[in-house]
Amino acid sequence: MAEEKINKELFNVSISPHIRSKESISKIMWTVNITLLPAALFGAYYFGLNALMVMVVGVLSAVLFEYLVQKIRKKPITIADGSAVLTGLLLTMCLPPTLPPYMAAVGSFIAIVIAKHAMGGLGQNIFNPAHIGRAALMVSWPVAMTTWSSMTTSIDVVSAATPLNMLKQQGYGALIDTFGSAGNMYQAMFLGFRNGSIGETCTVLLILGGLFLIYKGYVNWQVPVIMIATVAVGTWAFGGLKEFGTLFSGDPIFHMMAGGLIIGAFFMATDMVTIPITKKGQIIFALGAGILTVLIRLKGGYPEGVCYAILLMNCLTPLIDRFVQPKKFGVRG
Amino acid sequence: MMKSFRGGIHPNDSKSYTADKPVVTAPLPGKAIIPVQQHAGAPCAPIVAKGDLVKKGQLIATTDAFVSANVHASISGKVADIGEYPHPIFGTCTAIVIENDGQDEWVEGLPLKRDWQTLSADEVRKIIREAGIVGMGGATFPTHVKMAPPADKKIDVFILNAAECEPYLTADHRMMLEEGDRIVTGVKIMMKTLGVTKGIVGIEDNKKDSIEAMTKAFAGTGVDVVGLPTKYPQGAEKMLIAVLTGKEVPSGGLPMDVGAVVSNVGTAAAVCDAVTQGIPLIERVTTISGKAIKEPKNILVRVGTTFSDAIDFCGGFVSQPEKIILGGPMMGTAQSTIDLPIIKGTSGILAFAEGEANTGVESPCIRCGRCLDACPMGLNPSMLSILGERDLYHEAKEDYALLDCIECGSCVYTCPAKRNIVQYIKYCKAQSRAQSAAK
Ligand code: SF4
Ligand code: SF4
Repeated sequence: MAEEKINKELFNVSISPHIRSKESISKIMWTVNITLLPAALFGAYYFGLNALMVMVVGVLSAVLFEYLVQKIRKKPITIADGSAVLTGLLLTMCLPPTLPPYMAAVGSFIAIVIAKHAMGGLGQNIFNPAHIGRAALMVSWPVAMTTWSSMTTSIDVVSAATPLNMLKQQGYGALIDTFGSAGNMYQAMFLGFRNGSIGETCTVLLILGGLFLIYKGYVNWQVPVIMIATVAVGTWAFGGLKEFGTLFSGDPIFHMMAGGLIIGAFFMATDMVTIPITKKGQIIFALGAGILTVLIRLKGGYPEGVCYAILLMNCLTPLIDRFVQPKKFGVRG
Repeated sequence: MMKSFRGGIHPNDSKSYTADKPVVTAPLPGKAIIPVQQHAGAPCAPIVAKGDLVKKGQLIATTDAFVSANVHASISGKVADIGEYPHPIFGTCTAIVIENDGQDEWVEGLPLKRDWQTLSADEVRKIIREAGIVGMGGATFPTHVKMAPPADKKIDVFILNAAECEPYLTADHRMMLEEGDRIVTGVKIMMKTLGVTKGIVGIEDNKKDSIEAMTKAFAGTGVDVVGLPTKYPQGAEKMLIAVLTGKEVPSGGLPMDVGAVVSNVGTAAAVCDAVTQGIPLIERVTTISGKAIKEPKNILVRVGTTFSDAIDFCGGFVSQPEKIILGGPMMGTAQSTIDLPIIKGTSGILAFAEGEANTGVESPCIRCGRCLDACPMGLNPSMLSILGERDLYHEAKEDYALLDCIECGSCVYTCPAKRNIVQYIKYCKAQSRAQSAAK
């Protein structure tokens, strides 16, 4: 370049450092979206067209609402960063496959407009927006939100209940009968061939996706492991109490794969915005979410408790962050 | 493998531009702009006047203050001006401008020959003080002050900081390969002055050849040469001491609180020159690099040479530089002009081409926790940045150990939200300083 073309006074001046990693919010968000996709596609394949429509409508409306909110408030439009897509996807993966798709749009509205932007936007929200959206739908349309697909689970049993529902209402024996045997049940639940919310059933794909996030460093492995382990131990110890009258007669394998635990533990209890920022804090969070899940499942009115357990722990996040700080260099104790 | 410090980051070290390039001597500048303050501490006052003729190595500015460093003429010639000039650290500063007479003549009596072994510790301290030697890694703390720790601080280890953990910079790397003898002598002098028998040289293991060269050079001296895992900020004093001695400098404390004195490679060579030959600190090795520089080089250059002269010596720019940085990319300061003098602490000058700085738009914190994992001081940079944004510097200082931050930039490097955490921290520190001053 010719000397005279160089402008010697117009340099960019800013505070150090002057180099940065390639990591970005959109890279993180899109990676999470992609890791969720296999389990979502499985849900569409297994539950059929309506399930697909619920997810498509939920995701598109989440993006649209984010665009509108930011447009109206004259803020930079950030729909390309993948976080609205993620909220829509997570929300709809936790909805029943038979839900009328417009309700998914309402859920996205609540998640994006109220739970996210009214709280200050990405990073400021205390609660996981997807969970708030789901909880709001639960209150607004309790029947639609608890109506499940009618499907054949074993050779000749047609049922329109989720495994957790069945356990709560008919007991463990009836549950096993539905699947034929405990082995059959575990296999079906591992592969995703069971009733439930659209994206929560396929344990194996969700775990693979979660492992990828751990490998990428977007998730601390302690969170899903501790939350799931806590549920396993809790349900094993107390899960069979009512039915069999003894401690340690519950079925932890069933409980680990039932309901929204796997998707919740890997993808929602790890939502960085709404969980504690330190590893130590996250461990407390995971433990608490696990304990609350067990309490709700075994003692509460709802058959499933993952969503509420995580929401309750979200409330405690600021408190945990206040008291659990990293260990400072050069400070004893 | 050595035990490492907690936190830290692994940026691309970008050292290959200059790592294999031997140090070349830059031509003498037509005029040298020599600021009277090039160090941490009290400024000096000029003792020459406009129109005076000065020789290379002549004292031209000094002060009685203990924490300060003398300033010498780096070339011979006429004092053309004494006035306010742009300064790479302080914005502007009084500087003595010397017009080169082309003679490059030493001041009377220099260089001399002196056997350092016969000198007492106090004599060495006096020589180092007179020679105006400062920490040449960039902190520019006067070396004679480090050499005179208070009586109640027992020093038991001398550490030569040869980590050179800042990306791009290779001046220390090259010096270790080319100037082993001077470095060894400098280290021996400093160890004797401090009365310590234990010496350690810490080098990041991305400089295998330097480790080898130093191991050879220090053979038989009892000084250990240690390869350190390459991780930024390995060269931060506190991290270096922790890794080499297992001791953590307490919050708010100094290396001497754990019995350590740390000095840098260039400084050791300067001490050698001053003590054995009476030569004051008037030149240094510095790295000129970055994608906008035509031929990146390690150059031996006189203090007061301008950035623009040095860059011309490296073939000038190949493209419009987006950023000019004094020092390394992690802790260096961006400059608005290249009409600035190279000073004692200038470890490098970088000219970044478009895109090399990889900035990005700042967005709110998504609480990903990466900055906490990266912070070598165990702080909560996310919180510090949020408090800074809201002007809550008091809380930052009291509850989040604001003052412990070493401004290493690891948090910013790793932040996916591209938050300018160090900027908020510097702002908070300035605010809280201003507030305590007002009290
Ligand atoms: S908070 Fe300070 S010490 Fe910690 S990583 Fe950031 S700049 Fe470095
Ligand atoms: S790295 Fe950036 S986004 Fe992540 S917690 Fe720290 S400040 Fe927030």
